[in-house]
Amino acid sequence: MIKKLSVITVLFVSLASYRSYTDGWQERVSEGLVAKPDTLEWPKSFGFGRPATEKEIAAIDIDIRPDGKGLPAGQGNAVTGKAIYAAKCSACHGATGIEGPNDRLVVGDTSSVKSRRVKAIGNYWPYATTVFDYVRRAMPFNEPGSLTDEEVYSLTAYLLHANGLIDSKKVLNAKTLPQVDMPAKKYYVPDDREDGPVIR
Amino acid sequence: MMEIQKDNKFSRRKLLGGAATAAVVLVQTASGKAFQAGMTHKEIEDTTKIQGVLPGTLGTRSDFEKPVKAPSPTSSRTPLQDLYGTITPSDLHYERHHGGVPAIDPSKYELVIHGMVDKPMVFTLADLKRFPSVSRIAFLECSGNYRGANDGKIRPQDICGLTSQSEWTGVALSTLFREVGVSSKATWFLAEGGDAAVMTRSVPMTKGWKDAIIAYAQNGEAVRPEQGYPARLFLPGWEGNTSVKWIRRIEVSDQPYMTREETSKYTESVGPAKIRQFSFTMDTRSIITYPSYPASVEKGWIEIRGIAWSGRGKIVRVEVSTNAGKSWQLAALQDPVLDKSITAFRYLWNWDGEPTEIMSRAIDETGYVQPFLKQLLEARGGNMGYHFNPVTAWYLQKDGKVLFKAT
Ligand code: HEC
Repeated sequence: MIKKLSVITVLFVSLASYRSYTDGWQERVSEGLVAKPDTLEWPKSFGFGRPATEKEIAAIDIDIRPDGKGLPAGQGNAVTGKAIYAAKCSACHGATGIEGPNDRLVVGDTSSVKSRRVKAIGNYWPYATTVFDYVRRAMPFNEPGSLTDEEVYSLTAYLLHANGLIDSKKVLNAKTLPQVDMPAKKYYVPDDREDGPVIR
Repeated sequence: MMEIQKDNKFSRRKLLGGAATAAVVLVQTASGKAFQAGMTHKEIEDTTKIQGVLPGTLGTRSDFEKPVKAPSPTSSRTPLQDLYGTITPSDLHYERHHGGVPAIDPSKYELVIHGMVDKPMVFTLADLKRFPSVSRIAFLECSGNYRGANDGKIRPQDICGLTSQSEWTGVALSTLFREVGVSSKATWFLAEGGDAAVMTRSVPMTKGWKDAIIAYAQNGEAVRPEQGYPARLFLPGWEGNTSVKWIRRIEVSDQPYMTREETSKYTESVGPAKIRQFSFTMDTRSIITYPSYPASVEKGWIEIRGIAWSGRGKIVRVEVSTNAGKSWQLAALQDPVLDKSITAFRYLWNWDGEPTEIMSRAIDETGYVQPFLKQLLEARGGNMGYHFNPVTAWYLQKDGKVLFKAT
């Protein structure tokens, strides 16, 4: 029963979406303004494209979910991460992740007026897994994709430690990383703007 | 392609001349072969006495017209004040990317769709082009698109030039979802680009089924590299960052991935202790593009011109005030007024030459009225950030100079 229902929903949704992209001719046909085009009904499948193999998917499926799904084998801690950071990251993010010139990674002292609006990993990021995912896919900016998984675990540990979120000895791996508590998570709310006159 | 471009550059330089004093004209010989002869500027002023340039392989912009984007290290802005109508010339479409523009060989391009699907599939560019196609005109806008200036010396381009409009053509994502057999339990999908940032965003499946396009063409030709060549996701009415360019992978899932671009960036603080996330819809907005800084005007007839758009649907009304918001008049909307598209508006005015403020506000079909900056700040607890769409005012000085003014 459930299966049948879901098949119907999918059919309904896909037909509806198909309709939304017919340039309005269905509406014009139903209003009697134009003749129905002699275009054929869609087949169940066009048969274009080829099946993806598990191997080729695995090669590019690099995303990490907040629950840790996708995290690779390996581990690291802040002590090893500190040395890698100094060598590969500090030129753009500063000696301690505060000084820049590029994005501030560490919250640090925010007592001054200028730094009060700091949005860094320690006070703005809701999930620790995002640090791993982003650093592995995009950093270092001038050499993206060059870090090993072990290096990324170590750098993630260093950045979380520098933000006061974990101990310098804490070992991060696929099991422990998703468990790191992120203080900013409680602030996140889904978009509540809606159609209509209310300004949000 | 490279050949043609080189060729064109070559002939353009030769034909139109780099120096201001000397121009070059084409003369047709008896054998039909073109050659060039140098002449002084004075000599060719009467264009009715000189044969013009012969047909070419690519059109050119007049050498007298020099609209340019305004680049920064992270983006480049459309010169809204220099444009007419509603379609942005493709080479003036705004740019925003997170790891530079990749050079992707279309013959090697592949889009993988996997995750909660019956048949994980790989589509080449040729495959994508074989599916039934769709086209739609719609705006694209970065959600970080508001800037002001205390001295008023700021152009529409710099205030909100991260908005542009094109006709996008491609395959509806719903067509591909149907082809791979998406699970009915799927609620989100991850879109991933093939650029150096391997940029990712999570998108609700409802949007994917409704009106998402995998676009391979823009304004009648292949999508430009800066816009995602050879194929990009296009989500009408949604913040630009979600329309992932150079799309290489879609993973169908039952939860969002919480990527950096949907947590650290593209979220906004609202009030003292709330961070709003997944703010997809672009709010309703308008701006007067003429007169605007740095233009100067004279007392008398002025056609006030501008553009209005809404991620929620169609623009139904644009109101113009010529007395700093004390009263509002209806502007004329230029057809066509399309869903989630830039609509051009006009209001004919006779300026008495006294200093005043002019401004526009757009109203969409859901009844949303474009707010003043004050209202937005109030609604968001004093925070600035993404999704700022305030009414923009222009101050007309007695000497005719036009300056930006925050509302
Ligand atoms: C060549 C300069 C450069 C180097 C080297 C570099 N980064 Fe970055 N980093 C950047 C830039 C630029 C951005 C912002 C990119 C954007 O917004 O798209 C950034 C962003 C980040 C962010 C996201 C910040 C935020 O608040 O969203 C993290 C985390 C980060 N870098 C970590 C690292 C780490 C770890 C390394 C060393 C392995 C590194 N970076 C090396 C330039 C650099």
